[in-house]
Amino acid sequence: MLSINDLRASIEGKEILKGINLEVKPGEVHAIMGPNGSGKSTLASVLAGREEYEVTGGNVVFEGKEILELAPEERAAEGIFLAFQYPVEIPGVTTINFLKTAVNEIRKYKGEAPLDAAQFLKMVREKAKLVSMNDSLLKRALNEGFSGGEKKRNEIFQMAVLEPKLAILDETDSGLDIDALRIVAEGVNSLRSPERATIVVTHYQRLLDYIVPDYVHVLYKGRIVKSGPKELALELEEKGYDWIKAEVEAVG
Amino acid sequence: MSTETIDLKTRLITDFHAREAVMNGEASSEFHQKKRAGLARFEQLGFPTIKHEEWKYSNVRDLISVSYDFNAESSIGLAELEDLKVPKQEANILYFVNGRYNPDLSTIISPVEKITISSLAEAYKHDPAKVAAHFNELTKDADDAFTALNTAFTQDGIFIHIPDNQSVEHPIILRFVSDAREKNVGSQPRNIISVGKNSQVKMAEAFRTLGDQRSFTNVVTEIHVAEEANVQYYKVQNESENAYHIGTTQVRMLDRSHFYAGTVTLNGKFTRNNLNIVLDGEHCDAHMYGLYFPDGTQHVDNHTVADHQKPNSESNELYKGILRDKSKGVFNGKIFVRPDAQKTNAFQSCKNIVLSPDASMNTKPQLEIFADDVKCSHGTTTGQIDEEALFYMRSRGISQPEAMSLLMFAFCADVVSQIKIDSVREYLENVITQKLASK
Repeated sequence: MLSINDLRASIEGKEILKGINLEVKPGEVHAIMGPNGSGKSTLASVLAGREEYEVTGGNVVFEGKEILELAPEERAAEGIFLAFQYPVEIPGVTTINFLKTAVNEIRKYKGEAPLDAAQFLKMVREKAKLVSMNDSLLKRALNEGFSGGEKKRNEIFQMAVLEPKLAILDETDSGLDIDALRIVAEGVNSLRSPERATIVVTHYQRLLDYIVPDYVHVLYKGRIVKSGPKELALELEEKGYDWIKAEVEAVG
Repeated sequence: MSTETIDLKTRLITDFHAREAVMNGEASSEFHQKKRAGLARFEQLGFPTIKHEEWKYSNVRDLISVSYDFNAESSIGLAELEDLKVPKQEANILYFVNGRYNPDLSTIISPVEKITISSLAEAYKHDPAKVAAHFNELTKDADDAFTALNTAFTQDGIFIHIPDNQSVEHPIILRFVSDAREKNVGSQPRNIISVGKNSQVKMAEAFRTLGDQRSFTNVVTEIHVAEEANVQYYKVQNESENAYHIGTTQVRMLDRSHFYAGTVTLNGKFTRNNLNIVLDGEHCDAHMYGLYFPDGTQHVDNHTVADHQKPNSESNELYKGILRDKSKGVFNGKIFVRPDAQKTNAFQSCKNIVLSPDASMNTKPQLEIFADDVKCSHGTTTGQIDEEALFYMRSRGISQPEAMSLLMFAFCADVVSQIKIDSVREYLENVITQKLASK
């Protein structure tokens, strides 16, 4: 589904990703872990098409298509979804209106007719229930005045509505208490299917108690330096990242 | 359109005297004496140049470089007006074509016991003493050449009187149409509105132009807001690429009254709005909202004054603009807190999005506070579209142009939502949506 080959990217002339290789197949959950500043969020941003980053090498193939040349909205329409670490507050645009625009823009991209108001509302209500999202939030301005937990839940709700093939969760656990974390994780899990894949970017292991990954990758200094089964996350939790750093420096 | 350079000031003064010479007895009336004083004031002030502090960023040279027909006849009918696309509504709709009231086009539905609505000319015929007394009452000390010019030359406008304790259900929509299909036209309407104690009314002034010749509108509106009255007043400008508009709205508020103003400039070559509110009462609240969207080489200038003269009142102001191409915007917001006006709360904010490096916005908040126990704040921002918000929307599949227009519409929303006449608000939403989508 997703094939990242020797991906290099920099911001303001500073190279952050120094050759990333990753294969993600349908149905899989991959966790990307690593110390602060290792390039985790950069990887998520580059995949979603954030324009501040300059891709300096490599390629990314998603469902047989080179995506690095696509605009962010085209990648979204192809089925890539990024749940933001810091969801943006947009005063004046209601969540419901925002999502309706998004859904219909994606349908337009695929050559499908727009959903009418009734169809859309029905679908949205079902999805809201799925992630325990309060209906009243839908009518409020997008993320404006939402608590940290509400913002993250709104991300998962949007994901449920847009039904991406590949979801990238960027530090979705940051700033969440354990109850909010569980609700968000349940939302993600309920969307898991053999056709869909998920990349979970996180600093801590605790989210992975709830969203159990098939593979864990450690990103350090812009490279994936270690990959393993889900137990690797537990090992990192216990021992921290220093031993990985030491290993890398030793190989040097 | 005439291209020769003319001396508009001299021409206007000559016209005034020529007309006065054929007035017979009427020339000695109180009304005419006020007009004559207006002319003297105009003669003394002359048209402002950019050396004048209040006109530093707004140059009227272009405006006064040609002559205008201030008495142009128009054969305009409802068929042409349908093209102007203001939705039908349950409202009192009064048409002014080239500054003159047109009773055939107009509809008045509110009952006479609740409200007296007539043209200024009709009202003067009916009760000259009353009209003369109110005429220029609020603007008599104005230090503004265009207001003086209007005083000298106005021929018509609206005269509205609402007695005490009346809630006027149907809004009043004043539609000023400049018919510039054949020549440069000018109009100088004067509106006098007096709202009685504990009465409520919603009203709007809407300005449109037909045709490609120049139009020059110099409008003055005086609004008396009595104790405990509640007035919602909106001004909507959607004029042509050759429309020059100068307007002054002068408001006086008494105890415990409420006044809301919404000034929306959708289109026009050169626009200058003066909104002056005197809070001459305790426990009043004045609200000023503004929105402007200049593009091309358009120029929009909003000057506002909140003059707090008595204690315990509040003023609240929010102006927003989106500027494109080579357009220019000006905002000057004055807040005066007089020595007696303790416990005043005054807030002012002006926010702008400048979408082109060739567009510019000049903002100047001006606070003059002579009391010590007051709360005042002001802030201005001028920036671009929030890139983070744009990326967020695009990452959900919304195309860049669609995301831009959604964000810009959202930027306008807190001003648009303040417009409490539904049909006017819906009209604005439609025009703004089209405007934001078209670029």
